[in-house]
Amino acid sequence: MDSTILAQITGNIATVGYGLAAIGPGIGVGIVAGKTVEAMARQPEMAGRLQVTMFLGIAFAELLAFIGVATFFIFQ
Amino acid sequence: METALSTSALVTAALLRPFAGEDGEFKAPGIDEFVGLPALFFEGTPFEINRIIMVRLIALTIMVVLMYLALRKTRLVPGRGQGVAEMALDFVRVQIAEQILGERLGRKFLPLLASLFFAILAMNITGIVPFANIAGTSLVGMPLTMALVSYVAFIYAGIREVGGWAFIKNALFPPGVPWPLYILLAPVELINIFIMRPVSLALRLLLNMMVGHLLLVLAFSSTNFFFVSVSGPAAAFGALTLTGGIVITLFELLIAVLQAYVFTLLTAVYIQQAASEHH
Repeated sequence: MDSTILAQITGNIATVGYGLAAIGPGIGVGIVAGKTVEAMARQPEMAGRLQVTMFLGIAFAELLAFIGVATFFIFQ
Repeated sequence: METALSTSALVTAALLRPFAGEDGEFKAPGIDEFVGLPALFFEGTPFEINRIIMVRLIALTIMVVLMYLALRKTRLVPGRGQGVAEMALDFVRVQIAEQILGERLGRKFLPLLASLFFAILAMNITGIVPFANIAGTSLVGMPLTMALVSYVAFIYAGIREVGGWAFIKNALFPPGVPWPLYILLAPVELINIFIMRPVSLALRLLLNMMVGHLLLVLAFSSTNFFFVSVSGPAAAFGALTLTGGIVITLFELLIAVLQAYVFTLLTAVYIQQAASEHH
């Protein structure tokens, strides 16, 4: 039986990894920033402290995306 | 004469077409941007200096010299240099040290936090400085060292402020949890506090800077590729990538400051958690 290749992909599947790894942290960072804006609109006088907490939350969520970048180099 | 001419032509060709591979296709930047760089000085010794290490040394020297010049003769009414330096130091003191740690602890750990902030800032900002063009923190050595400093600092703060045993007990057995949960919670907290914290600090800084550099190289090398190696209307894509490169440069400036801020902020938070009686 002779096979006909209709489409093929060459290269490493790890390149898709970052796209997948960015989905979760992207949603997470969006929720953190959005909720902070909501809270700041309610209580403008708390804006400073809320921003600090927002950056902390973003730092933790963002790390997952960056681990996604690292895996591309590790499993290349 | 002729050889000199042909050599210069070759050099020009090499400068103009460094990003097209043998078959004329675009070669994307990769990990080679950071590892296996050629040595500049002291080749073969443990003190081998390559491009990134030289950038680190220059950035730190400039930062120290700037700070020294700005704060050499402090006056009650600050001049221009002293004003800027005081504003930057005041940012670390008010926004990071005192806001997270409070008055007493904040004053105690301010020298450490300020040094961390300005060292990281100096080495991050080189990522977009022309002729340096690579962040000093884009190899794992520097972020790891910074993370170790932070690690030692928060363990010291815990032992000093609440005592060694109480620090371990607070960290591994947080109060207010039914005791059977400690079987699950203590190992998780152990890994989280004593392994994941320094590792995540180092990784966050390193990868932010690495990815920023890769994005810049990608934008500008593809601009080069479109303008030099591609003929026809497709070359107009070069204008798009050039604009992208300029936007990314501005974005990297933001990231450089933000990562220095986040690193220092997290160090302050870890110190605060270690030093508090119960969190």
